[in-house]
Amino acid sequence: MNRRTLEESLLPPVVALLLAAVVGDVLILSFGQSPGAVYRLLLEGTWGNAYGFGQVLYKATTLTFTGLAVGLGLRAGLFNIGAESQVAAGGFVAAVAGMLLPAGIPALLCLPLFVLAAALGGGIVGAVPGVLKAKFGAHEVIVTIMLNFIVLALLNYLTSAKVHVPDTLHTPELKSGALFRLSDVIPAFHGSAANATILLAVIAAAVFGWYLFRTRRGFELRAVGLQPRAAENAGVHVGGVVWRALTVSGAIAGIGGLNYVLGYKHYYEEGFASGAGYLGIAVALVGRNHPLGIVVAALLFATLSQGGLVVNALVPKQMIDVLQAVVILAVATSVPEVRRMLRTSRRTAAT
Amino acid sequence: MSVLDFLSQTLRIAVPFLLAAAGGVLSERAGLIALGLEGYMLGGAFCAAAVSFASGSPWLGVSAALVGGAVLALVYAVGTIRFRGDQVVIGIAINLLAVGLTRFFLRLFFGSSSNSPRVPGFGGTGTGFLALAYNPLVWIGVIVLPTLGWILYRTPFGLRVRAVGEHPAAAASVGVPVTRVRYIAVAFSGMLAALGGAYLALDQHQFTDGMTAGRGFIALAATIFGRWNPKGAGLACLLFAAAETLQIRLQGTHAIPSQFVEMIPYVLTIVALAGVVGRSVPPAALGKPSTE
Amino acid sequence: MSDAIRLAGIEKSFGAVRANRGADLQVARGEVHALVGENGAGKSTLMRILSGLYPADAGIIEVDGRDVTGWSTSDAIAAGVGMVHQHFMLVPTLTVAENVMLGSEITKGPVLDRAAAEQRVRDLGARTGLVVAPDRLVADLSVGEAQRVEILKTLYRGARILILDEPTAVLSPPEVQELWNVLRALRAEGGTVVLITHKLDEVIEVSDTITVMRQGATVARIPREGATPQSIARAMVGRDVVLARDFEFSGTSAGRGVASTPLLNVQNLLVSGARRTAVVDRVNFSVAPGEILGVAGVEGNGQTELIEAIAGLREAEGSISLGGLDLRPLDVRHRGDAGLSHIPEDRHERGLVLDYSIADNLILGQQHRFTSGVTIDVARVLAHAEERIRAYDIRPADPATPARSLSGGNQQKIVVAREMARDFKVLLASQPTRGVDVGAIELIHARLREARDQGKAILLVSADLAEVLALADRVAVMYGGRFVALLLRAEATPELLGQFMTGAEHAA
Repeated sequence: MNRRTLEESLLPPVVALLLAAVVGDVLILSFGQSPGAVYRLLLEGTWGNAYGFGQVLYKATTLTFTGLAVGLGLRAGLFNIGAESQVAAGGFVAAVAGMLLPAGIPALLCLPLFVLAAALGGGIVGAVPGVLKAKFGAHEVIVTIMLNFIVLALLNYLTSAKVHVPDTLHTPELKSGALFRLSDVIPAFHGSAANATILLAVIAAAVFGWYLFRTRRGFELRAVGLQPRAAENAGVHVGGVVWRALTVSGAIAGIGGLNYVLGYKHYYEEGFASGAGYLGIAVALVGRNHPLGIVVAALLFATLSQGGLVVNALVPKQMIDVLQAVVILAVATSVPEVRRMLRTSRRTAAT
Repeated sequence: MSVLDFLSQTLRIAVPFLLAAAGGVLSERAGLIALGLEGYMLGGAFCAAAVSFASGSPWLGVSAALVGGAVLALVYAVGTIRFRGDQVVIGIAINLLAVGLTRFFLRLFFGSSSNSPRVPGFGGTGTGFLALAYNPLVWIGVIVLPTLGWILYRTPFGLRVRAVGEHPAAAASVGVPVTRVRYIAVAFSGMLAALGGAYLALDQHQFTDGMTAGRGFIALAATIFGRWNPKGAGLACLLFAAAETLQIRLQGTHAIPSQFVEMIPYVLTIVALAGVVGRSVPPAALGKPSTE
Repeated sequence: MSDAIRLAGIEKSFGAVRANRGADLQVARGEVHALVGENGAGKSTLMRILSGLYPADAGIIEVDGRDVTGWSTSDAIAAGVGMVHQHFMLVPTLTVAENVMLGSEITKGPVLDRAAAEQRVRDLGARTGLVVAPDRLVADLSVGEAQRVEILKTLYRGARILILDEPTAVLSPPEVQELWNVLRALRAEGGTVVLITHKLDEVIEVSDTITVMRQGATVARIPREGATPQSIARAMVGRDVVLARDFEFSGTSAGRGVASTPLLNVQNLLVSGARRTAVVDRVNFSVAPGEILGVAGVEGNGQTELIEAIAGLREAEGSISLGGLDLRPLDVRHRGDAGLSHIPEDRHERGLVLDYSIADNLILGQQHRFTSGVTIDVARVLAHAEERIRAYDIRPADPATPARSLSGGNQQKIVVAREMARDFKVLLASQPTRGVDVGAIELIHARLREARDQGKAILLVSADLAEVLALADRVAVMYGGRFVALLLRAEATPELLGQFMTGAEHAA
């Protein structure tokens, strides 16, 4: 990455965070609190102690998956708004697979099966807009939004009518395959939900980067995202890339469902990752569709989410919802602006 | 009697759809994706409840909803038109912003994280047509799409909106102020959707967190399923409302699981987009930043 | 009496490109004035400045003796200056009358007065011969009808000075004749017309005065009396550059005119366009090894579709074979593997991924040949890039530079360098030197000749007649989707080709 693209990538998030801080000040002051105290508490409660940090890691894990899912779509020039329902579908299929397994199988042995099940759940949801786009040109944004409602209603039906534990809204616990919590290895994390799925997230980010920037398929996928007509001329089947990218994008989001189902509660419950799909858009946007950027952005948004709970004693945690929206708005508006500014300044420098 | 009940309940459910879908048609015909309808509605609902509570006047509540919807819509307009940000991202951000702001102010004003106190609405109790007739927002909902149709197809402003959403460069070349037309269209789309939200809050006599519950997206579905014209969108709203009424009627009978009825608007919209029965063709410049 | 238009010393730059350099123009009232020059000579820019679309960097603009320097489009419209752009500015989903009145609507109270607008369109049509049904949707109009609507738009706004940018590029010969009649009618009413064109027969046919532009400057002003196609052409191209290139070319290549087994064979090729018309209408030809077949013609006569059909980018009927191998069932990649190379006409759209580095662009289309397993072999990509950059003198020579930041000439060199590096038998070269500097043109032409001399078969499409004449062994002329002529280079004179290009079927 050269200096120019680095500037182009870093400037918008920095501007966005500054703006969010200003908006945050106003909200905090409107509640009669001191911004300094609130921000200090937010940092102490997230990165300042092991429990808080564990919670940040847990939330960042799901967001890394949804961020990678959205990011892969965007690299192919496609907007997957469906991560919200794809996470849920992935978690649901994995939970059902866990119900059907015999008890007592080592976790490591059934992990591949769970990854496959979750990928299948999310992948099917992703394949629908992919095929409709490739075959009929149906706009993937609208299809994925509509599909969110359809899939969530369907999962609601399946859970409540077919597989729930009486008097609850969740499925029975997995018989095998639950992953270990980080607190099993490092006791200081005690009580936090962070678990071994985080390793899957790191692996996913690494594979994402390798696939995009090192493989031929990745080369072709990025070409389709940047200039579909040039990709076509280079012998790439654009329609094929489109439906494969959206399917894989859905599969990645689906695997994100394991964080809760395999690592935390060991069952599927409605709304377990509610909002993670939409925040995944923010994560991909702030992370500029780059694997490292996505991981960092996931940590940032996870910190904000967890921080909201920490500061709730002083100011309403809902303040964080506002700040997250402000960050997205600021990044979305400043990306084209920054690019224009940098281009003009280079042009004047050149003459 | 039962048929009349069914129709009046359908109308009652359809009113917020009709208002928001009018906003959706206007915004999208001007070339701006109406992903923020849900956010405008939610903002409108909160403003209406808060000001109606504070002033005791539902009329003032409605006015506040108009202001709130316009403000949110202008944030969207500035982000997408002035700064040429991505319409999809900013539309989603507007929805998240509306959720956050209404929750925050719910805590700030009413000290609650779930709902406001009871607020005054428009008179009329019960469920029949007679009760609905007392509510001026119902009347507005009934006439809003025909009026929008008249504006789009009969007035100079409407001609310009249609031109701007289809071929902004052509409109600009004959002196149509493309940017101004787009700002106006988006601002009114925000106000119309906010009226839909105000109707919800005043009808239920309170604001509850997330009370729009996806109705803005149903309105967006109606916009698309109705092929971006007011008549089609209106019929789609009525169809979706009838489906919801049916679902309520069938509750407890286990004839069809309610979740499948809930899916109807979304499934129909996807079917329409895929072109299975006659292709829906969006305005050509939809989603593209203005070239001016 | 003052002139209708007087432009003096107009300067305009876009970034590093100087589109106008000290251009002058004088147009008298009531005349049809032709503004001629090659592609990229700065004609359109100059007229866009006159119509207020761009501000000039320097210079004076006077209309009817009034200094209007720096005015806006709406000022220009109000002063009676109307421009019909090359790409139509019409809203396809609106009717003719709606398009005509858009921006200056006729109303009755708050409501559009459709009937009055339609009447105005009919009245203007009756007066000038621009007849179009006012209630039809523009999307349903033919190209010629759409152009009438464009002219009606300007007349509706009271234009007395009408600027037409390449109006005949898209018209059939009878439509061209109708347009001339309209322009003559406007002139008879005292209107002034500026006609941008690069076709000499038009210049001679309708204009009263001719201004010639070359490389951004106005180089000659000639009254029609005494003007010959030769004298205008000489002024257009500057007597030395292109004509000299012609004479320098003394073909001694192997396959010239010799009937050896063709490498590329195209029979009955049919490409359908919108509204069930044939864009390429049953074309037959073949190209032998060691031969360049040049396709001349006004753009938009099916050349793009012809090339794309052969390359596998577009559906087509008929047969296409390469060295006896039927290409029809193969996709783009497999046609490439079979020995087809393709320099696409639009490097920004098709030829390059602008945000990719020079190195990545140099393997585009060949990415499957630069892999080890599923990954791309970066070391080989880099070695390939360095070799190609040296061979084609691509600047900057850093393989990591994004293609976007290169000049047009260097971008085109990437495309040519890449396509020449393939293991190919047949090359499709479409507008291979469009918008590139002279140095790059020479290099690209030299490489095309080399390839020909090595026994490759080359199908060259160019809108630049001089380029076709400089490179081709045989020349075909494409008009209305057909090859209307197929001549040996020795028989092909610019005059003869020009006649074929304008659709004069019986010219020979």
